[in-house]
Amino acid sequence: MDLKRSSVLRGVKRDRVYLLLLAPALLYFILFRYVPMFGIVVSFMDYNLFKGVWHSPWVGLKHYRTFVHNPDAWIIIRNTLLLGLYRFIFSFPAPIILAILFHEMRWKRFRRFVQTVSYMPYFLSSVVVSSLMLMLLSPSTGWINKAIQSLGFKPVLFLQDAAWFRTIYIGSDIWQYAGYGTIIFLAALASIDTQLYEAAKIDGANRWRQTLHVTIPGLIPTTVIMFILHIGGIVSVELDKAFLLGNAANRDTSDIISTYVYRIGILSGSFSYAAAIDLSIAVVTMLFIYGSNKISRRLGETSLW
Amino acid sequence: MVRLRGIGIFDVVNFLLLLLVAIACLFPFVHMASVALSSPQYVVRNEVSIWPKGLQWDAVNAVFSDKRLWTGYRNTIFYVVLGTCISMSITIMGAYSLSRPNLIFRTPFMLFIVFTIMFFGGLIPFYLVMKAYGILNTIWAIVLPNALNTYYLIIMRTFFQGLPKEVEESGRIDGLSDFRVLTSIVIPLSKPVLLTIGLFYVVDIWNNFSGALVLLRDESLFPLQLMLRNLVVVGQAGDVLEASGFGPKVMLESLKYAVILLGCLPVIIVYPFIQKHFEQGALIGSVKG
Repeated sequence: MDLKRSSVLRGVKRDRVYLLLLAPALLYFILFRYVPMFGIVVSFMDYNLFKGVWHSPWVGLKHYRTFVHNPDAWIIIRNTLLLGLYRFIFSFPAPIILAILFHEMRWKRFRRFVQTVSYMPYFLSSVVVSSLMLMLLSPSTGWINKAIQSLGFKPVLFLQDAAWFRTIYIGSDIWQYAGYGTIIFLAALASIDTQLYEAAKIDGANRWRQTLHVTIPGLIPTTVIMFILHIGGIVSVELDKAFLLGNAANRDTSDIISTYVYRIGILSGSFSYAAAIDLSIAVVTMLFIYGSNKISRRLGETSLW
Repeated sequence: MVRLRGIGIFDVVNFLLLLLVAIACLFPFVHMASVALSSPQYVVRNEVSIWPKGLQWDAVNAVFSDKRLWTGYRNTIFYVVLGTCISMSITIMGAYSLSRPNLIFRTPFMLFIVFTIMFFGGLIPFYLVMKAYGILNTIWAIVLPNALNTYYLIIMRTFFQGLPKEVEESGRIDGLSDFRVLTSIVIPLSKPVLLTIGLFYVVDIWNNFSGALVLLRDESLFPLQLMLRNLVVVGQAGDVLEASGFGPKVMLESLKYAVILLGCLPVIIVYPFIQKHFEQGALIGSVKG
């Protein structure tokens, strides 16, 4: 026991410079990641800003019961899961398809140009992307509605209609992320042995069949990894874009957990109730990510940790 | 004719699809710029699509005359400079320590760090804790809560681990201290990865919106993104038009596009020059992360 302790002490002494260098990072994790985790206790209280954490009364699971019995809760959970699920289904294949198109493009300078152009939206902020959407889709002045009208149809109230919200959200997601998402798949494609293409050619495979039997199988390992990495996104949809594109008219589909928590908690001040929703979601998200990582470990060598 | 041989329907379809992708990516920017720079009579008649008609700079001048965008720019640049310095220092030092193969408590430290990827306390506890720290509505509310990105830390650690041990050892034989090994051997050898991660921090801070939305109340502290949102999404752009005196000479639509354009112009201008680094960033991030 004593021996062990002294060896730890010796290790600390030996690594003191490294521990000192690591200290700011550890302090960051404690102050900004771990302390807020304990802040979740307010969800078991009737938290009052003036009384603070120490003097607010404990109420047990009251806020969790309120949430479960709130008819809005299920709408919000459904909206979040459907948005996440649809986003996953439609946004996930987009960079793979685009990467195959890039890979098969034989005119290198054109390919390079389209690649460069398609990466750019990735670096725009959610505010810029949402603002562009609002402007282009505006029923009176937006270019898209002008085009629809010039074809002889009535203008569509894209952002005032709950039925359109998910399409707009996911469409803008694909626009923003598909190009940049190709990079990882292009790297996988670049590592495909060119002899496989030669062999396929000798066997009489045309370009389409080469794509089908050489290119696509070459992408499968990367696809599996990316699939697992992205699956956690189904339960966690961020505040930014849903908040920016959402409004009272499309709330039936645009109101998701993060926007609801922001509205109820930060804007209306029901901190404890909103924190109860936060914790429920955090637990579900953790199980989801943990589970997907477990699967990825079993399927192959790759895992997040 | 010879060059055309071997180009089949496959290539033609592919070319057309990629052309469509390029148009879809570029069109919003081109349209935005042309509406912002067109005269009201053409804008109101819906005649502007990819080329400005009746070129005029009044919308841009009207935006420039409003101080909100300037305040946003100034604040964002300040946050980016301060934030990136802090983030890079913490990340480099932490990653360097964690890259030591025999660092004491290395595994517990890594578990401690990686757990934060899995579990986030949620917005409300986060807000209340930031309030308790007293950083609400101060510049620190923007700079500190996102000072460290767990993924970037792990990527950098992995990169440091891959550096050849011999170079480092030769430094130690020359009598360099642990800290000097970091500053005069490890950092110079890692320039590309440091540049890439630095750029990612810059973009993250530049684009940060929800952090500012939740933690800032005072308009004089708002970053560019929050100003943009208030002007375009909330619709304060109308006041700009009234206050600027450009009223009849500029359409509200042109003005809003001018605001968005000025909001993302730095990204568009700088992007082509640093594009290469972001490409590398995506690779080290996904392959090794």
